[in-house]
Amino acid sequence: MASLLRMSGIVKSFPGVKALQGVDFEVQAGQVHALMGENGAGKSTLLKVLTGVYAADAGEIEFEGAAIRPRSPQEATALGISAVYQELSLAPNLSIAENIVIGREPMGPLGIRWSAVRERARGALSRLGLELDVDRPVGSCSPAIQHLTAIARALDVDARLLVLDEPTASLDGDEVDALFEVVGRLKEQGLGIVYVTHFLDEVYRIADQVTVLRNGTLVATDTPVAMPRRALVANMIGREAPPEDAAVARSQGPQGAPLMEAQDLGKRQSVGDINFKLHSGEVLGLAGLLGSGRTETLRLLFGVDRPNSGSLHVHGGAPTLTPRRAMNLGVGMLAEERKTDGIFPNLSVRDNMMIVAQVKRGWLARLPRSAYAQADGKKEELRIATPDLDRPIAGLSGGNQQKALLARWLIAQPQVLLLDEPTRGIDVGAKFEIFGLVERLREQGMAFVLVSSELSEIVHSSTKVAILRDRRMVGDAPEITEEAIMSQIAEGGE
Amino acid sequence: MKAYPWRYSLALLGLVLLFNAIFTPGFLAIEIRDGRLFGSLIDIFNRATPAALLALGMALVIATAGVDLSVGAIMAISGAVAAGLVVQPPDFLLHGMGVQPVAVAMSLAVLAGAVCGLFNGVLIGFFRIQPVVATLLLMIAGRGVAQLLTNGQIITVPGDDFAALAIGTTLGLPNPIWILAAMALFFGALTRLTAFGLFVEASGDNPTAAHYVGINGKSLRLAVYTLSGLCAGVAGIIAASNIKAADANNAGLYLELDAILAVAVGGTAMTGGKFSLVGALIGAVLMQAVTTTILTRGIGTEVTLIIKALVVVAVCLLQSPSFHETLRRRRTA
Ligand SMILES: Nc1ncnc2c1ncn2[C@@H]1O[C@H](COP(=O)(O)OP(=O)(O)OP(=O)(O)O)[C@@H](O)[C@H]1O
Ligand SMILES: [Mg+2]
Repeated sequence: MASLLRMSGIVKSFPGVKALQGVDFEVQAGQVHALMGENGAGKSTLLKVLTGVYAADAGEIEFEGAAIRPRSPQEATALGISAVYQELSLAPNLSIAENIVIGREPMGPLGIRWSAVRERARGALSRLGLELDVDRPVGSCSPAIQHLTAIARALDVDARLLVLDEPTASLDGDEVDALFEVVGRLKEQGLGIVYVTHFLDEVYRIADQVTVLRNGTLVATDTPVAMPRRALVANMIGREAPPEDAAVARSQGPQGAPLMEAQDLGKRQSVGDINFKLHSGEVLGLAGLLGSGRTETLRLLFGVDRPNSGSLHVHGGAPTLTPRRAMNLGVGMLAEERKTDGIFPNLSVRDNMMIVAQVKRGWLARLPRSAYAQADGKKEELRIATPDLDRPIAGLSGGNQQKALLARWLIAQPQVLLLDEPTRGIDVGAKFEIFGLVERLREQGMAFVLVSSELSEIVHSSTKVAILRDRRMVGDAPEITEEAIMSQIAEGGE
Repeated sequence: MKAYPWRYSLALLGLVLLFNAIFTPGFLAIEIRDGRLFGSLIDIFNRATPAALLALGMALVIATAGVDLSVGAIMAISGAVAAGLVVQPPDFLLHGMGVQPVAVAMSLAVLAGAVCGLFNGVLIGFFRIQPVVATLLLMIAGRGVAQLLTNGQIITVPGDDFAALAIGTTLGLPNPIWILAAMALFFGALTRLTAFGLFVEASGDNPTAAHYVGINGKSLRLAVYTLSGLCAGVAGIIAASNIKAADANNAGLYLELDAILAVAVGGTAMTGGKFSLVGALIGAVLMQAVTTTILTRGIGTEVTLIIKALVVVAVCLLQSPSFHETLRRRRTA
């Protein structure tokens, strides 16, 4: 049987980078094909060549037996290739419904039929098991909802090939389950599905075929059964997989006065009952479901939002925080959404990494060149894949952008660092390095508040865990194991 | 290799000058008469100064993803203040401590420009009014203010003191060129020797992210619009000094548009983020070079604007990445 998609000899270069060096890639109808590789391996670039975002320098694409060369995503969609990209491009001021049907609105004699628009959007969302207020502007929704909106949009078109670039990076367990159910159904209908992820478990759950890229070349393609975990990781990183290190030592008790202390802290319509003490050398994990108020909690702690009840003490004082004041008090926050809240796309990677240190120093005193060299150190330490730190950060792969943002805060050396999904989009190898780094800094006396939808990450790194449920903090987990935390999160009803 | 955003406008400027050098006899010649330099090149630079001054401030404003439409009107206000103070000096100017009344009047005029800019900055930074709307207010009302200051008349200033600023020379070069050079150096130092330029770019590139790293967007906008007003104040006194008069209706008319074009042609994106002061200066000189060329070639002045527009379109196309991508696809297809 002929393949649904056959890409052969794809070459694509960017200034200074050979992103793809002659990659072959084939997808069959009715197949879920996982595309794996380290950050910067070329996964997103391959998919963007496929959907016409980039033009390949060389190579052929054959879809349903015919040679194609889409010049834009619209053309690719018209050919039957639908995609959800890693970095979403939704129109934030338009509603969820408008974002789902944009470009193919149901028309009546009087223009767009809005009731049909809403109906269709609700239908598309219900396939993902979601019921949402479709009139809400997408920009006001959480990242997970935004991602689900983009997925719903991709599912709404009549496609034969569906491309999903890290669709689950910002989703929780339940949404992932719903997505997989849909993917399973589509597969039965004969669609081909290309699936990029950094979660190895997902590969073994849904993939029929795995292809691994490394440095822009194809290193392996096989069935998941024939490529077990360790072999997959070894293929990705090009050497034997390191043993997964044990959870952190949690023996030591709190030391000295708390760096940060919240008492009944809350904000109307956002979160409430936030109570904790954070000491030097502690990692407080915040666990809870999607929408349980984890991000909102961090926003209060960093002064992005103003609390209107309770109190927050930082170093014993109770200041009215703004991000600037929080920084001056030694608090930092790695925001969840790197594209909208994190990167300065047109500034160089180096400026992006140094900007917090520069803000701390004030505008008048430019950081000396020697300080800027710290960026090179962090590039090595976090293995940020780029030939040149002086190019715009927008040219980095998603995971490498995330590493640069983390580096931004590590260079500034706050005493308390709030981490909101710090490993989103980061490959397996680098995840361990990052948590190793957190562990070392914690031992040196830094304190962290960690939010992650990966319970295993919370369990791995936290010295204590607080549970959030329905936008309230309901207490600490008695012990730090996935089971204990899960059961406490679920205990909602009683 | 660093890709300078103004490479296309510089190349085009080179072409325009080359064209003139070939077709206009004596175009490149610079002669010294009475200790001052004369020549078409000097003339182009001299005439480009008001727009170039505005472009300096405008580049920073545009880098914050804003725009300042009021600079032309601020020039009128500044000219009116300067001329008014010289023609009808208030007591403190007459009985000053031996300082030049003209110098004081001009300083106050520049200050008035900065205050106008501050006003814009407050509206935009603190009251969050959209830059186009906020500066449109002063663009319209500003000429009214200038007319009030001049009682609706053109105030002519007798004597040479007032004209010396624009018409006089220092070390052979017209004073406006020196003033522009000084302002350009000041802006260059402000933006590159301190972190001010970086913060401006950051807050224009992604305001939310800038807020999250502790950059104070309000004060930044206040500063940027004040600087733009300051530039307009300086340009205003040069313009008034040049004609020895304050003309509230025509001083700086449409010059805000020239400044915006100069910035765009110089490779600064209107969407904010990166800016280039060098590019803005090259852009302003390019626009003036085109105008001068048309005049010296004796082509009708009515086509000047059309040719200028074509130049802008050409440079902007050359700068556009998607234009290059389209060309590339044509070639590979
Ligand atoms: N628009 C661009 N301009 C310049 N370089 C780019 C651009 N897009 C990608 N690259 C480079 O191409 C390489 C491959 O990037 P790509 O985004 O395909 O990686 P990826 O495998 O998707 O990584 P990740 O897991 O981090 O998403 C990287 O080195 C990246 O820096
Ligand atoms: Mg990617």
